[in-house]
Amino acid sequence: MDCTIEVNNKKIEAAKGELLIDVLSRNGIRVPTLCHMKNYLPSGSCRMCVVENLTSGRLITSCSYPVEEGMRIQTHSPRVVESRKTIVELLLSNHPDDCLYCVRNGKCTLQDFASEHNVVERRISGKKNDHHKDLSSASIVRDPDKCILCGRCVRVCEEVMNVSAIDYINRGSRSVIGTAFNKGLNISSCVNCGQCILVCPTGALSEKTHIPEVQMALNDKEKMVIVQYAPAVTVSIAEEFGLEPGADLNGLLNAALRKMGFDRVYDTSFSADLTIMEESAELIHRIQNNGVLPMITSCCPAWIKYAEEFAHDMLPNLSTCKSPQQMLGAVIKSHISEMEQKDPHQIYSVSIMPCVAKKFEAQRENMTHRGITDVDAVLSTRELVRMIRLYGIEIDKLEPETADSPLGVRSSAGKLFGNTGGVMEAAIRTAYYKLTGKDLVNFRIPEIRGFKGRKETRIRIGDLELGVAVVSGLRNAHLLLEEIRNGRNDIHFIEVMSCPGGCVAGGGQRVGCGESDILARMKTLYTIDDQETIKMSHKNPEIIELYREFLGEPLGHKSHELLHTSYIKRDVML
Amino acid sequence: MKSGIAEVLEVHEKGRRDTLIPILQEIQEKEGYLSEEAVVEVGKHLDIPSSRIYGVATFYNQFRFQPTGRYHIQVCRGTACHVLGSATVLEHLEKLLHIKAGQTTRDGLFSMEIVACIGACGLAPVINVNGEFHAQVDAEKVAAIMEEYRKREETL
Repeated sequence: MDCTIEVNNKKIEAAKGELLIDVLSRNGIRVPTLCHMKNYLPSGSCRMCVVENLTSGRLITSCSYPVEEGMRIQTHSPRVVESRKTIVELLLSNHPDDCLYCVRNGKCTLQDFASEHNVVERRISGKKNDHHKDLSSASIVRDPDKCILCGRCVRVCEEVMNVSAIDYINRGSRSVIGTAFNKGLNISSCVNCGQCILVCPTGALSEKTHIPEVQMALNDKEKMVIVQYAPAVTVSIAEEFGLEPGADLNGLLNAALRKMGFDRVYDTSFSADLTIMEESAELIHRIQNNGVLPMITSCCPAWIKYAEEFAHDMLPNLSTCKSPQQMLGAVIKSHISEMEQKDPHQIYSVSIMPCVAKKFEAQRENMTHRGITDVDAVLSTRELVRMIRLYGIEIDKLEPETADSPLGVRSSAGKLFGNTGGVMEAAIRTAYYKLTGKDLVNFRIPEIRGFKGRKETRIRIGDLELGVAVVSGLRNAHLLLEEIRNGRNDIHFIEVMSCPGGCVAGGGQRVGCGESDILARMKTLYTIDDQETIKMSHKNPEIIELYREFLGEPLGHKSHELLHTSYIKRDVML
Repeated sequence: MKSGIAEVLEVHEKGRRDTLIPILQEIQEKEGYLSEEAVVEVGKHLDIPSSRIYGVATFYNQFRFQPTGRYHIQVCRGTACHVLGSATVLEHLEKLLHIKAGQTTRDGLFSMEIVACIGACGLAPVINVNGEFHAQVDAEKVAAIMEEYRKREETL
């Protein structure tokens, strides 16, 4: 803190060069912004964050203005407030007036600012936007009419994901955000991660909803509707119902799903254990048979599409394991269908995921086995919350229930899949057992825990020293792959999750959650791991039972048929 | 035979992002427009995503993304032409041909482009079709002119 500035007639300390908006927020002064994102380069495009610089007599954007010694600032002077109000009015002048029909109604930053700035009548009217909605993607719906051109989606797509599927096109009043040649997202390089949805301040980006299909299935008496939920989902919904962020609502969620009418409720963490059984076997097989290394995880569908587009030279490195969602789907439509004596066509399989790329994954051609899809519909966490409300369920008043057997018991290792580094940690525990016959005593691997985008460590397993790396955020994956292409060979196993922080921060999660919410979710998953007794996938009794009764051996014939997949090089405009 | 795109890229250093606009101009000079292939190839050469290149190219009026038609119409939107009604002329042409400036008719006969000033202010409003200047045009006149070109095409 080497300089003093005066804000609203009060002296405050700041470090030279720090951005004004950061200093203000540290001192409890909230400045509205539509385009600024923490930890990104400033853009200054929305102008909502203007403050009055009394020294120069100008309005300056606090998101991009570095602090200067002796600056005198007014953050809410009449001139500033009027100017912000005008910006909101101008943004609304070409914005569709359909808030009541908008998916972000009540969760829209533009709407909030209009209300805060007392915009209660139309002072400026302009020609309304008239663009086509882009419904082409399996995961993401783009409505350019609602876009305010803040550019957050463009930046997250480029800076975090290294994908750059979208950019500003055209000029001036004709500017829109679009793909190359303004084509549909489905044929662009978009990997469906949905991080753009999370940063969008309006309803311009949203998930392709599957709620109507799921409702229809629930209403169909003939159908057996089976639901599975991902590990990160149970720790990500508490705050929506006024409970403590990060609290684990696993039992309550089971009860709520049954109340909605789902006939069977399964936990995807179970098939995370299954994934670990297959994946660790595959890793050991590759290491012992001079297979292609490093092996890279394949649980994240956005990463898979990214690899198929940008890193097809590395496709042989990808584990052939399907993701837990698809594995459980496949087991439901085969084993469970047999057990329940139900025709698989009469089973409707729904998954609830913190992710929108899972919607795309479920539709992949090779996720259909003999004409039967593994998973029929995918709901994001956001859609789950909407459905809980739709069915009038007061989740905090329910009694906790357990998931259905035989696919309901999980290890805490499977639960860790929600965090970046979790898949790796679970896989190491089981690989260690398979190679040495003993269980890892220090089951925690702190080097690969936490929010950081890139983590590496080395683990001694018998005579083998296993080099492992964990990355989240596809730009980090890209940088690691570049090192490997340039000859780095000390890594055997890589975990990639597209969303920074892993599924707890996935593109299907609540819009507007901050870093503290994500860290709370992460912490809960680790706490579960500390407290529960089954900490390793291979110790999950129902997994052992499933192999004994149905699958045989990991990497066996049935596994190969049901639980493994293949990848293709995708030809898209990069 | 090497494509025009490859010929242009050959003489430009790889990865030099600052050469993007000259490269696009040269390709358009050679090919008449920027094709999807051109955008992708330039992207590979300079390591720029195609969405970004498309964004840059659409920022400028000079780039087109469809091949030019047999008859390429330049509509002058300079000051003198504007004062004498070139906006109406443009609007009529757009209605007549069912294309917007920068596009090409489906039959490939006509394409249209807006230009700033062609330096024929004395003839305003003026359009230029394949180098033939048509002076003091209005809605009726452009319809007749287009008809004439259509006929010319039929007799060929």
